[in-house]
Amino acid sequence: MLIGTIVDGIVIDHIPAGRGMELYKYLELDKLSCEVALIKNAPSEKRGKKDILKINDIIDLNFDLLGYVDPGITVDIIRGGKRVEKLHPELPEVIRGVIHCKNPRCITQVEQELEHVFRLTDREKKVYRCIYCDTRAK
Amino acid sequence: MSDIRHLIDISTLTVEEIDALIKTALDIIENPAKYSEKCRGKKLATLFYEPSTRTRLSFESAMLELGGSVIGFSEAQSSSASKGESVADTAKVISCFADIIAMRHPLEGAPMVAALNASIPVINAGDGGHNHPTQTLTDLLTIYREKGRLGHMTVGCCGDLKFGRTVHSLIAAMSRYEGVDFVLISPEELRVPENVRNDILKANNIPYRETESLLEAMPDLDILYMTRVQRERFISEADYVRLKDTYIMTPDKLMDAKETLSILHPLPRVNEISVAVDKDPRACYFRQVLNGKYIRMALILMLLGVK
Ligand SMILES: [Zn+2]
Repeated sequence: MLIGTIVDGIVIDHIPAGRGMELYKYLELDKLSCEVALIKNAPSEKRGKKDILKINDIIDLNFDLLGYVDPGITVDIIRGGKRVEKLHPELPEVIRGVIHCKNPRCITQVEQELEHVFRLTDREKKVYRCIYCDTRAK
Repeated sequence: MSDIRHLIDISTLTVEEIDALIKTALDIIENPAKYSEKCRGKKLATLFYEPSTRTRLSFESAMLELGGSVIGFSEAQSSSASKGESVADTAKVISCFADIIAMRHPLEGAPMVAALNASIPVINAGDGGHNHPTQTLTDLLTIYREKGRLGHMTVGCCGDLKFGRTVHSLIAAMSRYEGVDFVLISPEELRVPENVRNDILKANNIPYRETESLLEAMPDLDILYMTRVQRERFISEADYVRLKDTYIMTPDKLMDAKETLSILHPLPRVNEISVAVDKDPRACYFRQVLNGKYIRMALILMLLGVK
């Protein structure tokens, strides 16, 4: 069992409950050959419930993506069975190729190869807008 | 990214830059000969993926009066776009031929894609219902020329305030000047969208009021910006018929207006201003067209870095 026994790997903790699978897909963890565990609805002091992702390898993570999903997420880097680093992703200024513009009149709907890019326009309210058509991300 | 300047969205221009553009336009009006050779040897490419003859001719005559020349296409059928070339590729190719691009496109964001890929300045000449910055610059120059200032006035916006992008941009642009308040005149179903009300008007503490009655608002106005109320915007035909005449400008509606009122319209009009109003000195919309050419001349000079 992977849980609790990572020697060298990553624990993505404090994921809002129910969003672990979404993050799993965003981070393309299905493409990894190492062990990956998704723990749903773990008890959390702060939020009542949380999701956790455990990856039995130290991989490059897209921190912008983590920050976009929730800036409360934490990332523990485990080496030799011990936590050597605790990282806090921040709300990214720009997010590329992850969320998609839903505006049917946006150029990205017709030109399929264009990268979908969103820019943070209101940090307090966490508003992201398509850089092409200014439509707000859901 | 390089330091090429583009104009995609009016909000990327500072008040100082807009003032500088207006100043250049006024100088062009005063001394046209001084500018007639400024762009000698330079080419403007007008890439119009949908027809807008008035805007295209305004850009083209602006470049010609600066001594430059013009290449381009109008309507997608006549261009490589109909063969499926991406906007990004077109922008790269045209960068080899021209010195500056003016792009009109039915899809929102297309000129931004061009700007991200071109090695020459790109001007957004209208992207669907999204942005049309040179129209707003035209409106600002017109207000300045009619009033001698851009602040301290009551601006009435009338008609379709929900879908009218030129109105949203004008409200955003005029909100940056001191002492401006707005009267928003429209039927209930065509009032300004929430983001304009909240992010522009309320966020900046701009005084405004909303009314359905043009007649009631008229005596207060220094500027009246008219837009068209289109049949297809109404849910019921009955509402359209009930309201359409309310928002059509006729000479009798001007009875209580100020002598100094200026009536603007982004044109083309269909029937929202009766031809009988044209003779009234307060009608500015044809002078507005001319201002559009002058401000585009100033903009081309600025983006090309021509002194
Ligand atoms: Zn978009």
